[in-house]
Amino acid sequence: MRPGAAPMPELTYIEAINEALREEMRRDDRVFLMGEDIGAYGGAFKATQGLIDEFGAERVRDTPIAEAAIIGTAVGSAIVGMRPVCEMQFADFVSCGFDQIVNVAGKLHWRSGLAAPITVRLPAGGGVSGGPFHSQNPEAWFMHAPGLKVVAPSTPADAKGLLLAAIRDPNPVIFIEHKALYRRARGEVPAGDYETPLRARVVREGSDLTVIAYGAMVHTALEATQDLDASVEVVDLRCLAPLDTETVLASVRKCSKVLVVDEANEVGAAGAYVAAVIAERAFDDLDGPVRRVAAAQIPIPFAPQLEAATLPDAGRIREACLDLLEY
Amino acid sequence: MTPPHDLEHEAPTRAVSLQAAPGSSHDHLDLDDRRRLLHLMLTTRAIEERGLLLYKQGKVPGSFYDGRGQEATAVGATYALGADDPVCPLIRDMGAHVVKGTSTAGILGQYLGRAGGVSGGREGNVHFGDWHRGVIPMVSMLPDMMVVATGMAMGFRMRGERRCALSFFGDGATSRGDWHEAMNWAAVQQLPVIFVLENNQLAYSTPLTQQFRVNPVERAAGYGMPAVTVDGNDVEAVFDATREARLRALDGGGPTLIEAVTMRMHGHGAHDDAAYVSPEVLAAWQEKDPIVRQAQRLSALGVDVDAVADEVKAEVADALAEALAMPVPDPATILDGLYCESEPQIVGRGDAPWSGHGDEAWGGADA
Repeated sequence: MRPGAAPMPELTYIEAINEALREEMRRDDRVFLMGEDIGAYGGAFKATQGLIDEFGAERVRDTPIAEAAIIGTAVGSAIVGMRPVCEMQFADFVSCGFDQIVNVAGKLHWRSGLAAPITVRLPAGGGVSGGPFHSQNPEAWFMHAPGLKVVAPSTPADAKGLLLAAIRDPNPVIFIEHKALYRRARGEVPAGDYETPLRARVVREGSDLTVIAYGAMVHTALEATQDLDASVEVVDLRCLAPLDTETVLASVRKCSKVLVVDEANEVGAAGAYVAAVIAERAFDDLDGPVRRVAAAQIPIPFAPQLEAATLPDAGRIREACLDLLEY
Repeated sequence: MTPPHDLEHEAPTRAVSLQAAPGSSHDHLDLDDRRRLLHLMLTTRAIEERGLLLYKQGKVPGSFYDGRGQEATAVGATYALGADDPVCPLIRDMGAHVVKGTSTAGILGQYLGRAGGVSGGREGNVHFGDWHRGVIPMVSMLPDMMVVATGMAMGFRMRGERRCALSFFGDGATSRGDWHEAMNWAAVQQLPVIFVLENNQLAYSTPLTQQFRVNPVERAAGYGMPAVTVDGNDVEAVFDATREARLRALDGGGPTLIEAVTMRMHGHGAHDDAAYVSPEVLAAWQEKDPIVRQAQRLSALGVDVDAVADEVKAEVADALAEALAMPVPDPATILDGLYCESEPQIVGRGDAPWSGHGDEAWGGADA
């Protein structure tokens, strides 16, 4: 904080998202919102609560249940000058709009020079007993598709700053919001206008071991390593595509040991790519194997006991860290 | 082996009989327009014939796709659009590119995969669009562009711009979910968009009977959308139906579905001999060739149609020389432009050759 500045207001993660949307809609009349039940109801998670009162139903648009059309019409409106922000009611439902994101939006600029500045907000993640269709972390699907940016904030301040950056970005941005953070994550959020760069951030400096995470797993990683008898650096990726390899590799080279954490299913995950980059480009700097902790390769179960056995938690992260520190 | 389809007898029943568009197109087309429509169809066919020849000479990578026999649909519909009305063509709609003013050399260079082609070699054959001229590059997934056109229409509505968008698609595309999502969305929001269904009897090798039980033009009523069936081989009828749909769209009357009934006279692509279509069916449709029909009309009115054909021939020959001289793209550039790094440009204005466009335009994307 700047010396002498007033203390920043504390907001929850979802309040920060709501604030970013509201401020950007005030600032830029091209920005509008689309999604299922986002108007009078305020969205399934209330991210858009109150916005219809200020901006009206033309700019806070309730849509039919039609994910392909939500994303495809967003592209259409964007190429004639609008800045749409789409909400998928749950990240899981984005599979119904996958084709429009991957084939229409993602490839458009490279193949034609026409940009598609759209933002698609995805309430993602488990830990809420959502079961197989309300708990997924689909970020890797979109990392694999060229032309998309994939952003995943872990704190309220980043949720606001990254969302403002996403809306202003001239490219299609997949914005991953972790549902479990919506009301649990609370923190200082700068008032007014700022953009958070689409780069990774070192959350806690350390020298013995790097733990790389994003989204809710940043908090789990911090918790898991706070009492370890070692100096553990925690890196929050924040932007998964394009990946900030510079920050990742710098941290790995400093600490020589690395654990990569995903809440997503382990196969072909964001962390799998991060691990591959490290193995390929920092092998000589490593004093141990690149280790990963991720969700088991199964649909995310409903019952709390089964879900807990599937998703990474502080215990598994701590155990993996202790193993690595032995090398 | 399965016998060839007898398409005429297998067609699903339709309550809407095939007829010319209501109203007389002569009220809206002067003789120059009618001559220009012939010119545009001849240009379309000449480009595709040249492209096919280049393909057979081994100069076109991949395969080759054309819209032979369907020129009246793409040309007639696009001819009704204003300069600010974008169009989403599909693979049988070279005429839409031509009407909007895409350069013939750019199209031939596109076929050849050259740096000077519309997509600079990044995209194949017909998967391109000169968006500076209001032509949106298509994707192969059907009918994705119908949804994008709906979104453009939504943008026009929100921006208070008096414009409409048009999307072409085929009979096969009506089976996918995006067709439903676009039809429903456009109708619910009463958006200024025109959907042109090119019923060319075939989706690759699949006939209409295996595609739907009820003709899509009849489904429109279920969405609360007006629909009309026109003779897709009559360029003036297609023009007139689109002109009416456009006025409805601009006046706040919402979307329209136009079914243009036509025939795909070639295989799905140059690799497909279309042995599944009976020669009798093709011969019958050959009698309804849209270009011959328009030429006969104009001949009867004293127009020198041979002179039009000679103009086109010379124009395409010049463009071919230009395209063949274009360099191949530089492999060192493949990573360029994955992301947009500056303030995005938006869809621009195309040609609008119809004489009937008065001062109705909203002002233009460049205004």
